[in-house]
Amino acid sequence: MKEIVILSGKGGTGKTSLVGAFAALARGAVLADCDVDAADLHLLLQPTIRQTHLFRGGKQAAVRAPACTGCGTCLEVCRFGAVRRVAPEREGVRFVAAVDPVACEGCGVCAWFCPAEAIRFDEVVNGEWYESDTRFGTLVHARLGVAEENSGKLVSAVRNRARAIAEATGAELVLVDGSPGIGCPVIASIAGADLVLVVTEPTLSGEHDLERVLALTRHFGIRTMVCVNKADLHPEMAARIEARADRDGYAFAGTLPYDAVVTGAQKEGLTLPEYSDGAFVEGVRTLWARVLEYAHKDGTGGMGGARVASSSAS
Amino acid sequence: MRIAIASGKGGTGKTTVAASLARMVSARREDVTYLDCDVEEPNGHLFLRPDWDEVTPVHVPVPEVDAGTCTGCGECRAICQYRAISIIKRRVLLFPELCHGCGGCVRVCPVGAIREVGREVGEVRRGMSGALHHVQGLLHVGEAMSPPVIRAARAAVTGDGVVLIDAPPGTSCPVITAIRDTDFVLLVTEPTPFGLHDLALALDMVQALGIPHAVVVNRHDTDNDTARRFCAGRGVEILTEIPDDRAVAEAYARGMLPVERFREYRTLFSILWARIMVRGAGEVVA
Repeated sequence: MKEIVILSGKGGTGKTSLVGAFAALARGAVLADCDVDAADLHLLLQPTIRQTHLFRGGKQAAVRAPACTGCGTCLEVCRFGAVRRVAPEREGVRFVAAVDPVACEGCGVCAWFCPAEAIRFDEVVNGEWYESDTRFGTLVHARLGVAEENSGKLVSAVRNRARAIAEATGAELVLVDGSPGIGCPVIASIAGADLVLVVTEPTLSGEHDLERVLALTRHFGIRTMVCVNKADLHPEMAARIEARADRDGYAFAGTLPYDAVVTGAQKEGLTLPEYSDGAFVEGVRTLWARVLEYAHKDGTGGMGGARVASSSAS
Repeated sequence: MRIAIASGKGGTGKTTVAASLARMVSARREDVTYLDCDVEEPNGHLFLRPDWDEVTPVHVPVPEVDAGTCTGCGECRAICQYRAISIIKRRVLLFPELCHGCGGCVRVCPVGAIREVGREVGEVRRGMSGALHHVQGLLHVGEAMSPPVIRAARAAVTGDGVVLIDAPPGTSCPVITAIRDTDFVLLVTEPTPFGLHDLALALDMVQALGIPHAVVVNRHDTDNDTARRFCAGRGVEILTEIPDDRAVAEAYARGMLPVERFREYRTLFSILWARIMVRGAGEVVA
């Protein structure tokens, strides 16, 4: 079983549209939408939810106002500015404390040190994750609650489930839609994966963000391929990105042009191969064949030179 | 006045809007700061090209244990919610990259064996681009937690001038850290199913935070009224529609802002700014 993660660094390069296309071409892969902050893959795959699971990513402090003596210890120990004073509804106390759930980092220090034991510190539900059927196989996806934390843990939950399903059903491929950026959810989506494909675009921002994603996959020692979408927006830069990928030891999966067919398919709720059999989709097929071939090739290429570091961050 | 430019979905044109406004408004007044809080992938400097004057490292507090004093009692492991402390054979083993810097372990240690040291996770850069102040947070590659860098970048801006905050995409902790306690949030979207789906999430987020907000539709095409219908349905105002224009996309690819290249976009962004001022601060633009 191989696990391939599609990343982009910069948002809006066409990552999710390509994942949808790959899902249609791969047939039988287990799919995982790890862009849990702003998940969109389900808009192309229209899943039928088979199972819903609550996601509990951490705990949260809450003051039981009647037990609060207004001593102020929690205000003093909270590093995240999450505790404030509110007017008490009873005589004899100067104020009672209240925790802002958005600012609360879930460290529990206030609850630990509260002399009146007036602070509850319970697990909270931060979101949901789902196992669904789609016309191309099982999709594991999620929805993080509004303004919630712990997206990295939710990504890990989605990925672990997708891999478990692949193992149980003998699926040969897990296809992961990652999130933009290089932080917590991205690190959680690539740790231990077989291959990362970075979808970039030939813009100054795309090029800049690609460098940082490549530094990240190199840091974690994960084989990485690069492809350029919307290549004709700036053909010289697209060529430069390809040349640099070659020079730095990354396999180059190909280029695709700027094509209205991508938005067209999205508006119909279809993947690209279902929507069109034109030149763009031919390009996607060729690109996908290269990615699959590379994923199954043994070796340590695509690490971006010798600077491979191991790390325990998650 | 602090105005955040956010989006939900990435790649909708947040940086184009934030940097264009910063460029336009700084031509009229001296107290404008472009604050790049997309610390995982900051891009504003590619368009605004500031000269950096100052780079300040961002540290988060992490524990350091004095092995001679530590008794291996395990209280620090018990209080830590992030699994950053483990104890093997009565010796403390630390995982600093998992630490959120809550300071609980230091407080709970009965023998005072733990002190905090700074671990560098990113940097804040300051510079000028003409009359425009530019502040950028930059997360070091391999670090998972961007909020401390975002907080440091925000703290680097003082005074009551105009601050245009370029927020990261998404709807979770990094965005919240970037837009909390701002006066106005401008949500940039595009009239596609992905764009509007993520706009719905972003609207839930700003409404939960109770911040005044409005929408800018980028890559608007006149035949497509889905964004208008969506915003009407949610009762949110569209302040401007930026046309879907390949010339803008090609200029953007080369690091040029539409307000620098095309006169009609200067007018468009001037009107947008006037509307933001009226709604965000009740202040009429000079």
